Amino acid sequence: MSSAPVLELQGVTKAYGDTPVLRGIDLAVEEHTAVALIGASGSGKSTLLRCVDLLEEIDDGDVLLDGEVVTDPSVDPVPVRRRLGLVFQSFNLFPHLSVLDNVVLGPARAQGMARAEAVSRARELLERFGLGGRASDYPDRLSGGQQQRVAIVRALATRPRALLLDEITSALDPELVGEVLALVRELKEEGMTMLIATHEMGFARDVADEVCFLHEGRIHERGEPARVLSAPSQPETQRFLRRLLEAGRV
Amino acid sequence: MDGRSGGRAGAALSTDRRAVREAARRRRAQRGAAISALSTVVVLGALAALILTSKGWPTVRETFFSWTAFKDSFPDVLDGFWLDIKIFVVVEIAVLVVGLVVAVARSTRSPALFPVRMLGATYTDIFRGIPTILCVYLIGFGVPALELSGVPTDPVVLGGIALTLSYSAYVAEVYRSGIDSIHAGQRSAALALGLTPAQSTRFVVLPQAVRRVVPPLLNDFIALQKDVALVSILGPLEAFRVAQIEASSTFNYTPLVAAACLYLLVTVPMARIVDRMQARTQLRRGGVAPV
Repeated sequence: MSSAPVLELQGVTKAYGDTPVLRGIDLAVEEHTAVALIGASGSGKSTLLRCVDLLEEIDDGDVLLDGEVVTDPSVDPVPVRRRLGLVFQSFNLFPHLSVLDNVVLGPARAQGMARAEAVSRARELLERFGLGGRASDYPDRLSGGQQQRVAIVRALATRPRALLLDEITSALDPELVGEVLALVRELKEEGMTMLIATHEMGFARDVADEVCFLHEGRIHERGEPARVLSAPSQPETQRFLRRLLEAGRV
Repeated sequence: MDGRSGGRAGAALSTDRRAVREAARRRRAQRGAAISALSTVVVLGALAALILTSKGWPTVRETFFSWTAFKDSFPDVLDGFWLDIKIFVVVEIAVLVVGLVVAVARSTRSPALFPVRMLGATYTDIFRGIPTILCVYLIGFGVPALELSGVPTDPVVLGGIALTLSYSAYVAEVYRSGIDSIHAGQRSAALALGLTPAQSTRFVVLPQAVRRVVPPLLNDFIALQKDVALVSILGPLEAFRVAQIEASSTFNYTPLVAAACLYLLVTVPMARIVDRMQARTQLRRGGVAPV
């Protein structure tokens, strides 16, 4: 665990039928750093995150977690997923469970933690992120921003090595985006390792140590956020950012 | 809602318009109530007149609605009905369990479980395709004919088994539609937490699926409550059978009407419960918070 990146992708390739989605992605996320994936819808960002969490099987290449290959067909995906946290665009909270039980389920069932301990840790986490008062509410009683914050806490409760965030603000009303991004900034300051697919360029600039521009399944440009976002060198990146600018999204 | 008139700081004009609208709304409501009352009286009156003035009514009243026959037969029919209730309760519980097992078996994806899926599919195809009455016949008379030791021969038990097999096939499909209706993102989220596929089904998919299919399940149970009478063809003295015997010995059909009343006594409340639950689900789907 000394020098190997927490997450590493080597030539990851994935197609749905005849449609290639990822065409050889190389990527590394070092410990305590955050890498942002930007690019148009359909450029493969979500698929990439799902492949890293082994929710999709890749066709070629490998994903390494702490230096060890996890995409070998002989590897059981369940224990690998326990070491990663994934937050979805559409929250995917469990509607039949209270906020507290949403957070408790992972540690108690997947990691075999005693329920009492899982509950007290879940309460602590909810308290810390300003959700202590909502512990016994059901998800449909919460605002979108609160739901997404609960989803992040749920992922954190399993103490993941790295957090994968899949466009976590795209389904939110504009006025609710801020509270979710503030939480992620806080996690970054605490040193959480993160791979973030996002449409929020300002957020990518603030939080990420590296930005990767994904286009048609390839990383066309990568580098310091400030450089990539204000002085992109590739024509595809320039076109993408110009379109965002015209739409008033930057 | 009505106490808000005049609350707003609007002009006098808008208050006038409000009064006009409210008066119109009241008139509309009154007219609606009057029309529905009148049409009910007319329709029911016509029906009653038609029946009561028919040539055969005096005979029908005597053979189907005789108060003395009702009083004489009711205790025996009620006794028989207890057997219906017992069969119904036991079969209902068995159906809930067997149906769920079949539904989960059919929803598995592991290649090793292919024979389980195939068995489940064959089972539902066969038992949904056979009329329940035939199923009761075949099992009720066929199984004892095998003369196997250890196999039940009590017609009540065999009838119960036949009903269970028949209804579990329907109920399995109801469960399965519930399982299929749970968004794929729920399963992804469970797996992403590190739950095994079996745990994801057990703790995330099934609880939501079962909740979603409670109204259609209860609907199937209303049907089951009535179909318990089919067990009578094997001989047990349940309500319908008792009523039949009484009717044929007195040449008066009132006991059958008594039995019908008893069935209604359990199915109608069940139907109202289903209505209430469906209304509640509707509210929830519409985004209105349930209280």
